[in-house]
Amino acid sequence: MTIINHVPVLLVAIPIIASLLILAAGWYDRRFCYPIALITILSQFVASIAILLQVLDGGTIHYHLGNWAPPLGIELVIDSFNGFILVAILLLAAATIIYARRSVEKEIAPDKIVSFYVLFQLLVTGLVGMTITGDIFNLYVFLEISSIAAYTLIASSRKPHSYVASFNYLILGSIAAGFILLGIGNLYVATGTLNMAELAVMLPASYHLATIHSAFLFLMIGFSIKVAFFPLHLWLPDAYAESPSAVTVLISTVMAKVSVYALFRILFTVFTTAYIIDSFPVTGFILLMSTVAIVAGAVLAIAQEDLKRMLAYSSVSQIGYIMFALGVANEIALEGGLLHILGHAVMKGCLFMVAGMIIYRMGTSRLSDMKGLSKTMPISCAAFALAGASMIGIPPTIGFMSKYYLVLGAFEAGLWPYAAVLLIGSLLAAIYIWRFIEIAYFGDPHGADHNEEQTQTAEREGPLSMLAPMVGLAILCLLFGIFVEVLMQAVGPAALLLLGGA
Amino acid sequence: MIEPFYELFLSRYNYWMAIILMLIGLYALIAKQNLVKKIIGLNIFQTAIFLFYISFAEVRGGTAPIYTAEGVHALYVNPLPHVLILTAIVVGVSVTAVALSLIVRIYEEYGVLDEDELMLAVRKR
Repeated sequence: MTIINHVPVLLVAIPIIASLLILAAGWYDRRFCYPIALITILSQFVASIAILLQVLDGGTIHYHLGNWAPPLGIELVIDSFNGFILVAILLLAAATIIYARRSVEKEIAPDKIVSFYVLFQLLVTGLVGMTITGDIFNLYVFLEISSIAAYTLIASSRKPHSYVASFNYLILGSIAAGFILLGIGNLYVATGTLNMAELAVMLPASYHLATIHSAFLFLMIGFSIKVAFFPLHLWLPDAYAESPSAVTVLISTVMAKVSVYALFRILFTVFTTAYIIDSFPVTGFILLMSTVAIVAGAVLAIAQEDLKRMLAYSSVSQIGYIMFALGVANEIALEGGLLHILGHAVMKGCLFMVAGMIIYRMGTSRLSDMKGLSKTMPISCAAFALAGASMIGIPPTIGFMSKYYLVLGAFEAGLWPYAAVLLIGSLLAAIYIWRFIEIAYFGDPHGADHNEEQTQTAEREGPLSMLAPMVGLAILCLLFGIFVEVLMQAVGPAALLLLGGA
Repeated sequence: MIEPFYELFLSRYNYWMAIILMLIGLYALIAKQNLVKKIIGLNIFQTAIFLFYISFAEVRGGTAPIYTAEGVHALYVNPLPHVLILTAIVVGVSVTAVALSLIVRIYEEYGVLDEDELMLAVRKR
């Protein structure tokens, strides 16, 4: 066997070793930490693209850990669905690690930088593991690795409020993990297996059992807390707003998307559409809650005075869009949902990077302090405008394409009123994005509550290493929208796979 | 009269114990004001889940899953849940450690352990 056959396991194993290396290098010299993390994540990204191409070319990859065949051993499975998610999250992780260096120097105490990169690496590892595993208990273990890393990273900010935000997330996250563990236990009692593919085969025989229903509900609620699906989103605004900028970018894009992935994976490939539509009809309820999430998240976002908090509530709203695809559960809507997983990750990553940049230069994220910002930070504001246009869904951005598919899917299912809610959500998004645009482009920096020192520190753009990934993501919003056919080559088979075809 | 009662409760008392413990833990997590007590609640909650796993692995009259003279025909207790729970215990310990260190930090910063007072202190800043 050549090295290429072992890439799936190396995707998880190398970063774990790298995180230990970072720790060891940190004892010797703190400056070695960043290059190791950078190289590891970039090579993971390259490997993930190679894997996705291999999957699209030659079908699903099964990797048996330690050469133990599935019922006994753990297997890693990469198909078109999680291959696509893998590339998406590693793209964002790579952009974040490039962005992180200068931002971290500013926002995190120097003696914590070593542990910051160790945890950053572990978080990415846990999330990659969650994405590629084919074993449901393994999923739980990786979920906990990433969660514990995330709790600690959120608390690594210099603001004391971040400890409280992290603690609240820890409580809710642990309840979620406990529920997921219970759900897995129930599934194991009913079927005697933990392998996802085998579960999917064995479950239909016992769809009528209360054990399966309770397993389903435990898993559903557990992952709903993890993805911050309204009304289980209470941990999210604090956790996003109080953590260091680089961490916000990472958890709002990569971590949120992997949790969504896990939910899709369990609902569609472990339980299959036959269960969630016919045996235990839950899609109607998810649809209803997702529309509530879209509207409520957007309304709450409009009410915020803080840029990061506004974007955090906007995430609650956008998660609603992805869950909407889950509720409609036909092919076109799922394609829209999967596109939105990538699209939302790219645009929200860009928006939070702009917020982080403003914090880097001005030390504040209050919207009222940003009057006339476009004159001193034109590139950041332009990137925000572009990603914001994508958030609203203005063609030809990726945000437009994903919402277009979602609306088409809703039409195909005959859900006209729900499609209208999608459009209302877009209008509300236009309001909260416009608030920033108006303040930044048309606000008068010499207004009544003008603060002399703050505009002085924001006299120019941030460093290039923060600017480049931000602009790159903003341009990707546009490119993905224009060349959406390229993405559909991966998204199309993935949506079919979720519905049990292909 | 006694038969359905036996069927529902006594013959499955282990599950009921797990459920009761779980609810006690959840109650403490949600209703207790003291942050340390919340973590104790979290631990009770997790322990209930461990108990659930361990008790469904039990096979009446089964022996430890060690290869004995009887060979593969002996009645074994299912070892897999134990292994899973070993992992889950490690996870639980790490979560507790992170939570307690966060509480230490919160106490250093705000000087309170009570949730309501903490919210007041956070808002004041």
